[in-house]
Amino acid sequence: MTGPSSTETDSDDVDAPPGTWLERRLPVGRFLSVQFGRFPMPRSANVLWTVGAMLSAVLLLMLLSGLVLAMNYTPTAAGAFASIEAIERRVPSGWLIRSMHMAGASLFLGALYLHLFRGLYYGSYKKPRELVWLFGILLLAMTMVTAFAGYVLPWGQMSYWGADIAGQALASIPVIGPFLERVFLDGNQPGDGTIHHLFVLHFTLAFAILAVVGVHVATVHIAGSGNPDGVEPDRKGSLPFTPYFAIKDACGVAVFALVLAAVMFLFPDLIIETANYRPANPLHTPTSIEPEWYFLPFFGILQAIPFKFGGLVASAGAVLVLFFVPWLDTSPVRSARQRPLYRASMMGLVVAFVLLGYAGSHHVEGNWLLIARCAALFYFFHFLVLMPLLSRREKAALKDVS
Amino acid sequence: MLAILLAGLTFGAPAGATPPDHDHAPPQHWSFEGALGNFDLAAVQRGYLVYEQVCASCHGLKHVHFSDLAGMGLEPEAVQALAAGYEIRAGRDLSGAPKYRHGLPDDAFPTPVRPVGVKEGVMVPDLARQALIYPGGPDRIYALLTGYSAPPAGVPVPPGLFYNRFAAGRVIAMKPPLHGGDVHYEDGTAASVEQEARDVTIFLAWVGQPHLAERHRTGVRVLIYLLFLIVLLFILKRRIWSHVH
Repeated sequence: MTGPSSTETDSDDVDAPPGTWLERRLPVGRFLSVQFGRFPMPRSANVLWTVGAMLSAVLLLMLLSGLVLAMNYTPTAAGAFASIEAIERRVPSGWLIRSMHMAGASLFLGALYLHLFRGLYYGSYKKPRELVWLFGILLLAMTMVTAFAGYVLPWGQMSYWGADIAGQALASIPVIGPFLERVFLDGNQPGDGTIHHLFVLHFTLAFAILAVVGVHVATVHIAGSGNPDGVEPDRKGSLPFTPYFAIKDACGVAVFALVLAAVMFLFPDLIIETANYRPANPLHTPTSIEPEWYFLPFFGILQAIPFKFGGLVASAGAVLVLFFVPWLDTSPVRSARQRPLYRASMMGLVVAFVLLGYAGSHHVEGNWLLIARCAALFYFFHFLVLMPLLSRREKAALKDVS
Repeated sequence: MLAILLAGLTFGAPAGATPPDHDHAPPQHWSFEGALGNFDLAAVQRGYLVYEQVCASCHGLKHVHFSDLAGMGLEPEAVQALAAGYEIRAGRDLSGAPKYRHGLPDDAFPTPVRPVGVKEGVMVPDLARQALIYPGGPDRIYALLTGYSAPPAGVPVPPGLFYNRFAAGRVIAMKPPLHGGDVHYEDGTAASVEQEARDVTIFLAWVGQPHLAERHRTGVRVLIYLLFLIVLLFILKRRIWSHVH
């Protein structure tokens, strides 16, 4: 429906780039074609390279289901539990949306840990992908805060006492601790202010995560995807993302959806803490306060240290140390496939992480205290001692060869 | 692998080192157990009758609305009639005495303020999620309701409490609620203590998770759909990659 004059200007404009009206003004098609169509992927990328797509999919699911929940949620101490009950009992499909959000949160963290260990194993943090790694660890930290904030919102017993423990942990920080606790709790104990803070934090961080995912993916697309052998370019060559890796990602996402559906519809007991269906009661401390399974390894570290602030430093340090990995491991050899000692230590790291989780769920009592301390020690040993030592050895060996 | 890790972590919940101060409730067979469990709605309705005529004088169903009971197979008229049977607080009259009106379907179940015969300081639990949160679950609720007996010789029972070997500390403040024949079942089922206890336990399990059956049904459909989708996607993947392998 273009008038004669506009047709004239369009055809006269010799500098105009080719393509449709939209494409000349906003090259969406070209962007998609370059970044997701023709984008070269290393041919040997294996099934672990599809976890990123699973995470993107579950993030979208969390945002959409979270929006529905937020529309029906009341962020007050008096109204929160009742509004969750209304969502579960009366809001049309509310039970479905909420079980999706709860199971999604668990699997989100599960897939995130898988993605993290994939990166550690194949050296995905090494030059030129340091920024990919840093934004990834930032996403891990943001997701953990979001997950914690989300768990407090239903204002059940576990929510309340979880917030209480978080407040105590903040208070144990020297000098500024009591101030931080008051800011966080907005009072002497968890209450209206706490819920309001955490609701805003949960909601805002969710969208901030989406933005950081955009940056994370952009950095991957600038550096290019790594491959399991760590030798670049890939020995087997590369293939365009579409259709070869798009279909692989689709398979991965579908399998992930199958696991999610199985958990949320048939086995929700795996992820639901029934104690949280008791409304928050500030006068009654539960006999056993335990975080969600995905925080258990860090909860294990927290309890393995005999004094509170030390435990806090160690468990926060367990995440913070990940930020420094690109500078702790400076060996030019990327993949653990070529590094037998590092590979063995990686296996040890996974075992230590799982053991810390078990220790956390057993409240680090009796033998679990010893196990938790050994596992925590190994966790930090891997990053702070083994990584730099192996890097030095491997660099020296490579120098001798050349 | 994640599922195994997940299962391991959640099943590895702490086991209490101290022996429990009550008898272990014998496991019962419930139709709502397991990944494909379902509710016998006739039993749920019978159980509601027991709740209404026995339990409701002391125990509330907080956050449950009368209209939610449509989910146990009641027609709207039946829900309306049922709601009208409850007295709902509606402000105060000019002299300051509380006013009451008949319940409407959109009202929540009233929580008895000071149940008759309940001593000061005794906490009456709400039953809306009791089947979920009570340690021991439905098995122990059933055991508790049928577990009243005379105390064994030499076991003192404090005044105002009752001996029940399944209660925490083997004593409970709730007087024996069921005696048999407490309700008249429309469907002709004999109202024995065991039958009433069983039915009301099923009702509590239902009201704790009213969407359980729908959740399981939807889940099976979604899983079948996803399985087909996965098979098709894998076939497609093999075809696409057949040029390069």
